[in-house]
Amino acid sequence: MDINDLRGISTAFLMVAFIALCIWAYSGKQKKSFDEAANLPFADDDMVSGSNKGELK
Amino acid sequence: MSELNAELEHPVYNYKVVRQFAVMTVVWGIVGMLVGVIIAAQLVWPALNFDIPWLSYGRLRPLHTNAVIFAFGGSALFATSYYIVQRTCQARLLSDGLAAFTFWGWQLVILAAAVSLPLGFTSGKEYAELEWPIDILITVVWVTYAVVFFGTLIKRKTSHIYVANWFFGAFIVTVAVLHLLNSAELPWSPMKSYSAYAGTVDAMVQWWYGHNAVGFFLTAGFLGMMYYFVPKQAERPVYSYRLSIVHFWALVAVYIWAGPHHLHYTALPDWAQSLGMVMSIILLAPSWGGMINGIMTLSGAWDKLRNDPILRFMVVSLSFYGMSTFEGPMMSIKTVNALSHYTDWTIGHVHSGALGWVAMISIGCMYHLIPKVFGKEKMYSTDLINVHFWMSTIGTVLYIAALWVNGIMQGLMWRAYNQDGTLTYAFVESVVASYPGWIVRVLGGAIFLGGMLLMAYNVFMTIRSDEPAEAPAPAAA
Repeated sequence: MDINDLRGISTAFLMVAFIALCIWAYSGKQKKSFDEAANLPFADDDMVSGSNKGELK
Repeated sequence: MSELNAELEHPVYNYKVVRQFAVMTVVWGIVGMLVGVIIAAQLVWPALNFDIPWLSYGRLRPLHTNAVIFAFGGSALFATSYYIVQRTCQARLLSDGLAAFTFWGWQLVILAAAVSLPLGFTSGKEYAELEWPIDILITVVWVTYAVVFFGTLIKRKTSHIYVANWFFGAFIVTVAVLHLLNSAELPWSPMKSYSAYAGTVDAMVQWWYGHNAVGFFLTAGFLGMMYYFVPKQAERPVYSYRLSIVHFWALVAVYIWAGPHHLHYTALPDWAQSLGMVMSIILLAPSWGGMINGIMTLSGAWDKLRNDPILRFMVVSLSFYGMSTFEGPMMSIKTVNALSHYTDWTIGHVHSGALGWVAMISIGCMYHLIPKVFGKEKMYSTDLINVHFWMSTIGTVLYIAALWVNGIMQGLMWRAYNQDGTLTYAFVESVVASYPGWIVRVLGGAIFLGGMLLMAYNVFMTIRSDEPAEAPAPAAA
């Protein structure tokens, strides 16, 4: 076994990891949790927006 | 406030440190870009160094790069990351004291750079010129930043960590590793050190650092801004959250390998050069994935671009991002690099990223964030934002177009041979031929700087105005 085997294995590993990542991310199971996450920037708009007003004075 | 449901109330965020960094973003932007315009003018009119060593091109150039990258870009990154991490985690920063330390510590680093670089103290490493005592200060501030940021993530009230925070987290961790390894040096005297590496290895470590400064300081963190502020400004969630996850992992996995493309046709082994080239070309895919994700967030809301100059800043910055991340992989191809390397094309490429992407996305985010953290309804003048937008766009286009022309011309002149094998042009002939392009560059840079001055006025008037955020809208004029 020489360094080229290691290169081959690492390339194959990265490819498998990437494909697995894509399958995971695009599987229907994650949809709901991703939708929740995607709305996080808007989550605190519904809350008391003026909470920071006191600090500003 | 007592009658409100406590569960729906978020904690009082620490906006003080965000305000401080936001204001300094504008201040350092003006300083850094002013130095840039001065050195651009020095190339056209060398007498502008006034024969004062402190004002010589070789000393001001690192001052310019450090000021725009670490002072302007850095302040923008601190401001937005502190703002975003609090709002998407619904938690106050881990510690106000540590956050304040990062602000004053970072300003001290910038001040030390602004004094030591013109005095001629440099470790000679591009984008890492600062000498060892300042390097240590940077390390202390950066570790504190990591503690504040990740500590806030840990105490979050939300179950998810929003994707913007992933990008900021990768940026903070990677910059720490890059800084520590590249700045490994032997202190010799209070302001002189020698690199721990020698020869080709030193060059490779330097450009591993240098390109990842681009990839993580100037890209990952700003993508974090993009993933928060573009959806906020467009008032719709990001186009595809799934794509953002693939984007994140692909980007961080590939960027780290691209550095050797800075060392094509040098003593670096051929295999390393080829690896850098191949990884740089692959990098096009995650880069464009991110750009498409940002731009497509506007699908169905394109009409907002018509009257929202802040959104226009963001979308045009993404367009420049797409353009420069196409240009970069192309320039990393060895045969293209044989023409482009050491010419103005490289500087043009950097500025299409730096002015077009980094600066314009930062400016857009600041226009969104500043009224919010200062408790105002909106910026003092939307018309001025619009003027600023056009100045930025025109300035960037003038700048990069001039240097494309110059770069290709220089590359062709340098490689031109006569039939007997002698060079057709002396080097100085390519310098003379570059003057028109350099004049256009000064003009483009000055227009961009002018836009920043407008921004400073607009920000000042916004902060000074008495109009509170919740005030009833005044009667329509």
